[in-house]
Amino acid sequence: MSEPIIQMNNIQKHFGSVIALAGVSVDVKPGECHCLLGDNGAGKSTFIKTMSGVHKPTSGEILFEGKPMSFEDPRDAMEAGIATVHQHLAMIPLMSVSRNFFMGNEPVKKRFGINFLDQQKADDITMQAMRKMGINLRGPDQAVGTLSGGERQTVAIARAVHFGAKVLILDEPTSALGVRQTANVLSTIHKVRDQGIGVVFITHNVRHALAVGDRFTVLNRGKTLGTANRGEIEYDELHDMMAGGDELAKLVPELGKQGQ
Amino acid sequence: MTGSPQAGAADERIKETSFIRKALIRPELGGIVGTIAVFTFFLLTAFDSGMFNTQGVMNWSVVSAQFMIIAVGACLLMIAGEFDLSVGSMIGFAGMMIAIFSVTLSWPVWMAILLTFVICIAIGAVNGLIVIRTGLPSFIVTLAFLFILRGFTIFFPQTFERKTIIGGIKDAAEGDWLAPVFGGKIGAPIFHWLGDMGIIGVFERGTRAGEPVVNGIPMLIVWALILVAFGHVLLTRTRFGNWIFASGGDAEAARNSGVPVNRVKVSMFMFTAFCATVFATCQVMEFGSAGADRGLLKEFEAIIAVVIGGALLTGGYGSVIGAALGALIFGVVQQGLFFAGVESSLFRVFLGAILLGAVILNTYIRRLITGER
Repeated sequence: MSEPIIQMNNIQKHFGSVIALAGVSVDVKPGECHCLLGDNGAGKSTFIKTMSGVHKPTSGEILFEGKPMSFEDPRDAMEAGIATVHQHLAMIPLMSVSRNFFMGNEPVKKRFGINFLDQQKADDITMQAMRKMGINLRGPDQAVGTLSGGERQTVAIARAVHFGAKVLILDEPTSALGVRQTANVLSTIHKVRDQGIGVVFITHNVRHALAVGDRFTVLNRGKTLGTANRGEIEYDELHDMMAGGDELAKLVPELGKQGQ
Repeated sequence: MTGSPQAGAADERIKETSFIRKALIRPELGGIVGTIAVFTFFLLTAFDSGMFNTQGVMNWSVVSAQFMIIAVGACLLMIAGEFDLSVGSMIGFAGMMIAIFSVTLSWPVWMAILLTFVICIAIGAVNGLIVIRTGLPSFIVTLAFLFILRGFTIFFPQTFERKTIIGGIKDAAEGDWLAPVFGGKIGAPIFHWLGDMGIIGVFERGTRAGEPVVNGIPMLIVWALILVAFGHVLLTRTRFGNWIFASGGDAEAARNSGVPVNRVKVSMFMFTAFCATVFATCQVMEFGSAGADRGLLKEFEAIIAVVIGGALLTGGYGSVIGAALGALIFGVVQQGLFFAGVESSLFRVFLGAILLGAVILNTYIRRLITGER
């Protein structure tokens, strides 16, 4: 595979006396889906916030397209091409899909010297982008509130892709979805990856990760336990690593006893 | 044969919405239905009372236009997710400022008006900034300003003039260039011509015999129409309009998408103050006086008009055209019951019933559009 778009080397992040990240290294290549696995509190959220410019790392270096990079705020990161689709989507249910799609980046056309919203252009691009992701909307004026959870994720992903994301960070996109909707989102991730975008897929569901991931990095207690390529690692192994390996092994027999 | 349309191919789903349904299901539907109902009612019960001759039409048009002016501001602010309960007090305060500047201090009226606009819009900005900075509900912040502004509106004239009503503004406004923009009338030649042709009523006797009873369209109505048009275009045809929806729909999501939520909200507070000042200026120029009790309860009347017009109290959804129709319903009912000879105390019963009906219908329509539960 080609050179990484973004390299995070030995990132540390301390909040006062709390060490949230104690040396995390991850890199993302174009057209790959890099799964970041970890239990709650493992530091996944802090890590992606560092990657997307919300936090500045206490130490460690970030290389973006080979050059050292320091993001002042999320806007900096966004302009560089790092887009984040949050667990709580930046999506407003009462508004139409196309208005949501272009929220904050509305296309304008000049009439009588005044900038008016170019609704037609917004509608056309939205429909086109959604069709590319395999979702046929009833119309661009359909309210986001009428879409299913999976479709909403797809709108958010399509929006990030349209606005030139090179790295797409997906923060637990499947955590609140049913089986069929999860499948839709996973297939969307697959389509995004095929467009040459590097996807960072955060999840604590190993099955979802194995379904689309090219590489897998496990975070535990603020550290990377290692990165494995597709086919080099099994379900159980990943799962044990997530829970801290030995700890779960000790837990299992006891849980088994209770079950009997 | 019985397969549901959802189960079919995606193309079938696109055809699901019929053209008629699409044309009907819109935020203004409640307002449109209400307007038709109200006009039908009064055409049947009060047609011969003079409600629909020129004076009658002018009568309820002026009252509706008053509601419209403040409803436009309240509507945009409510869609942006905030309330302004100080609108009524702002109306009294603005009128009193104009009177004090122009009568007590004998400044030119144009200067009094412009200065009042600057002061009131600044107070609107203060309202907004306090809400943004503290994160308190605008309901509470503007409730405080309801009392603060009303207090000053009584305090100033009592201190300077030892009374609560200041008159003499008409004399002061004589020959002023800005006053007619708020207190004047347009279209006088047309109305004179219509009177001469016998199409509209003219005075039979007295010093004005032969002149039309209605001799022009008050600037109040012109302002109302301009503000409605401006508000509608701003909301639906500009990116700022999209930001208004976004700020009220979910401020956090809007911020994450790069919408300057604080700027949007503060400017909507300022616009609401602007609308209240337009209302006050028109009123002061018409009456020739400013009273400390002007504008009482106007904030609620504005909010009622907006809600009848289909806006969501919690923000993110609504229509300026709907709010204008809500104001029209409000004005027509208030004046129409008088024409129909209905006991005036029943006005409130009528209004309450319309409010309830419109809100229930609007909730239903909104669920159809937005899929909220």
